[in-house]
Amino acid sequence: MPEVKILEDVCKGCGLCCDGICPVNILILSPNRINSSGYHPATVTDMEKCTGCGYCYITCPEPAIEVYK
Amino acid sequence: MKLIFGRPAGLTEVNQRYCPGCGHGIVHRLIAELLVELDIRERAVGIAPVGCAVFADEYFNCDMIQPPHGRGPAVATGIKRARPDCILFSYQGDGDLAAIGTAETVHAAARNENITVIFINNAIYGMTGGQLAPTTLPGMRSTTSVQGRDTGKQGYPIKVCELLAGLDGPYYLERCALDTPKNIIRTKKVLKTAFQNQINNKGFSLVEILSMCPTGWGMTPVQSKKWISEVMSKYYPLGEFRNRAKEEK
Repeated sequence: MPEVKILEDVCKGCGLCCDGICPVNILILSPNRINSSGYHPATVTDMEKCTGCGYCYITCPEPAIEVYK
Repeated sequence: MKLIFGRPAGLTEVNQRYCPGCGHGIVHRLIAELLVELDIRERAVGIAPVGCAVFADEYFNCDMIQPPHGRGPAVATGIKRARPDCILFSYQGDGDLAAIGTAETVHAAARNENITVIFINNAIYGMTGGQLAPTTLPGMRSTTSVQGRDTGKQGYPIKVCELLAGLDGPYYLERCALDTPKNIIRTKKVLKTAFQNQINNKGFSLVEILSMCPTGWGMTPVQSKKWISEVMSKYYPLGEFRNRAKEEK
């Protein structure tokens, strides 16, 4: 099963990976969490659905996303 | 579990200090991936610009140099001629390449110097606070054109690829964008061609990349991505402006 790991303290909460980029729409900006820089980091809602396409990694400017398969 | 997508070895562990949603980070990553894929990291020399990416020497895991404002192609020319085994890439923004460095860019292209120039076009001066740049679109607001760019007063934008395509010198010119995953993958392919041209001693390659500056444009990162697709790429059409490899066939 593919797995997406968000490096929460690197993420700047820009939301580029959340805006319809994910084909299965499992990425959102976490409304309740705040990282050490004061941003709401991206988070995965349902890891079961992940296909490991890597589109989130491709659009991430940091890169704060790692994809494992 | 095997890592299939992650921070490439061409980037250092330093976290980039760009604003959220800035396109610089994406281009840095694409270049870093290519340094590893083409196995040129040990002999690559990058030229950092003056602008937001002035600290690029901290981010790229290869040799870097930071010349005076706009002099990237001139410094790259010097290093390339002294050390032809090095792979030179000049990373420049629109203030660096299309304003203060226009002369260096045009002459390096006219001489067909064997270097790779990466031009980040975000239509605004990002680092100094969102002032009007040579690439600001007509009617676009900036802190020095609060009513929008008035072409009667401030003239028209410079389209760098079209400008250089008027010269016989350059080997490869292409414009791409960072608005969709498809275009980002395309950008990587174009950058790869630009590096390969240099490895094969073909000559001057310039890749213009339409990039977002959410802070300078006063938009969210998602809005600025859409603005590239809907407005900016209409004024600056994407595509190939010169590819002598195809002409030679």
